[in-house]
Amino acid sequence: MARKITYQQAINEALDQEMTRDPSVIVMGEDVAGGAGAPGDDDAWGGVLGVTKGLYAKHPGRVLDTPISESGYIGAAVGAACNGLRPVAELMFIDFMGVCFDQIFNQAAKFRYMFGGKAKTPVVIRAMYGAGFRAAAQHSQCLYNIFTHIPGLKVVIPSNPYDAKGLLIQSIRDNDPVIFLEHKALYTMEGDVPEESYIVPFGEAAVVQEGDDVTIVAFGRMVNYAKDVGTSLRKKGVQCEIIDPRTTSPMDFDTILESVERTGRLVIVDESHPRCSMASDVSGFIAQEAFGALKAPIQMVTAPHVPVPFAASLEDLYIPSPARIEEAVMRVKEYR
Amino acid sequence: MSSILTVTMPKWGLSMQEGKVNLWLKNVGDKIVPGEEIVEVESEKISGAVESAVTGVLRRQVAQPDEVLPVGALLGVIADADVSEELIDDLVTRFQAEFVPPSDDEADAGPQTQTVQVDGKQLRYLKRGEGGEPLLLIHGFGGDFNNWLFNHEALAASRAVYALDLPGHGASTKDTGAASLDDLAGAVIGFMDAVGIESAHLAGHSMGGGVALAVTRRAPEKVKSLTLIASAGLGSEINGAYIDGFIAGSTRNALKPLLAQLFSDAGLVTRQLIDDMLKYKRLEGVDAALAKLGGGLFGGGRQAEVLAGVAAASGKPVLVIWGENDQIIPVAHASAVPSAKVKVLPGQGHMVQMESASEVNKLIAEFIG
Repeated sequence: MARKITYQQAINEALDQEMTRDPSVIVMGEDVAGGAGAPGDDDAWGGVLGVTKGLYAKHPGRVLDTPISESGYIGAAVGAACNGLRPVAELMFIDFMGVCFDQIFNQAAKFRYMFGGKAKTPVVIRAMYGAGFRAAAQHSQCLYNIFTHIPGLKVVIPSNPYDAKGLLIQSIRDNDPVIFLEHKALYTMEGDVPEESYIVPFGEAAVVQEGDDVTIVAFGRMVNYAKDVGTSLRKKGVQCEIIDPRTTSPMDFDTILESVERTGRLVIVDESHPRCSMASDVSGFIAQEAFGALKAPIQMVTAPHVPVPFAASLEDLYIPSPARIEEAVMRVKEYR
Repeated sequence: MSSILTVTMPKWGLSMQEGKVNLWLKNVGDKIVPGEEIVEVESEKISGAVESAVTGVLRRQVAQPDEVLPVGALLGVIADADVSEELIDDLVTRFQAEFVPPSDDEADAGPQTQTVQVDGKQLRYLKRGEGGEPLLLIHGFGGDFNNWLFNHEALAASRAVYALDLPGHGASTKDTGAASLDDLAGAVIGFMDAVGIESAHLAGHSMGGGVALAVTRRAPEKVKSLTLIASAGLGSEINGAYIDGFIAGSTRNALKPLLAQLFSDAGLVTRQLIDDMLKYKRLEGVDAALAKLGGGLFGGGRQAEVLAGVAAASGKPVLVIWGENDQIIPVAHASAVPSAKVKVLPGQGHMVQMESASEVNKLIAEFIG
């Protein structure tokens, strides 16, 4: 039965239920057991923000603290996946993935293809992303676009607790490497989540709000900003259709296309930098596939092409805001 | 004495907090009788018509099409023709000044679903109203207590009305036992015992009608009357393609044309309705439960059990309601119980209790008294 829990609890519950269901599921990463490794209340943190709290005591021997060496343990997780386990490795901040590029891009992503479909790599790499935490340029980036570029990886960006749980369960059961990205600012978000286990399939966008005037495609945390804008504009008579792709690889382009063919107006909201981003990806796709349907130039609402600033006032300006989204929607709506 | 009445935004289902005005179905000045549809409203989950409870003339359309308003907000005013314009303006001004939209907390304080353990298995239910001879609402295959969204409150004016989720459905256990009508009836009898219902009027829709018949066969003393709506168990034919497609359907595109067969107005199959159905179908164990039930009750496109004789032999009062254009179970089954009072609603489909709610509510209320 559904009850309200946070995004963070939803992720914890997905891990717990899958570990209970399938003994081959293990969790590994820096401090995921809690550092001290003691069960019960002494179980320290359970990850930097406590997402894996409680799992160590419930699943003895299957929550592994690793050295601070992403190149080492991400490689180990990929190797374990090739040998029959289903590891969920926590990379802490997505910004740190640079040191394990090869393990992810050249190894995990390639095995199925280079071994003629005979190898599978059921590894999940969880990581936090996103700005707004005063954590500066090396702990605040939105790098889902980089993984989306690599064939062989699946990329998941849940925007709410329900999707977080169902998508993580699907990620663990999936036989390909999955990059599962959690926005730090969403951990405290509450939503209705069934107690039972369930899946949300990959490649199926959610239409968060229906409307015929303007299509908004938004990613991760930005879905919630778009929703606020959609609600406030609806009261002013502008009907936005808000699409949350939920996974960027595979990507449900059909739902976006169908919507833009109806509205003729598209705003894309992406917390990444604008170049080579999901925003430019969707924009390019629609320009090619639905040029005739467009009634206004596509608008991209993104962060600027600069590192995430540390100064609080600048960081607030850096993140796409509801005000900027609304402005973009009105611009395409009023374009003649 | 002249009467004057406000028409307000309804609350359809526990989660509804606001609704959009789609279309006025009556013009200012139109005469209105009870049960007539006045204005079409759309919630997140479903669209439907607000019906008049009174006789009068529509005097004001306060809400405009496309306006989104909270539950309880003023939509329009119905009054007798002799009520003065000033009096109506006064009422509108006063209402708008005093109206406070319900806060989230108040919305949460409304009726809450509850759960009860029957033989160690969880069943969820919603109870509305108090006292009187209780009424128990039993939904159909793939449904849940929300199928009674438009009936539950209306029927609970003078009695306790329970709607439960059958095993395999909603938020109840996904263990469907032997997947027979008798097994589901066992769960319903266990539910009645667990919540302390000695006997009740039973109203079942589709498969739920078959379950109500099986309850009557097994524990006639618990049944005061039977209302069978587009009911299973009254003949062998059933739309097997629908059942099989519903069990197999795992995407929006697969489910949409199937769910459209349930309604006479396919427009009622909103995206939210399909999304909610997908959320249910994706719960662990639901696939298996539906496949088992579908196989046990409707395998090979035939209903496994015909219990029309049970209804006749029980001596209980029986009301049969059917939609004339039901695409799931043929309307011909409506005449299977010779002693029954039968009402076939023209133009209606399988989900007749939702689409023709006020008519169905009136029939049930008159029938059970």
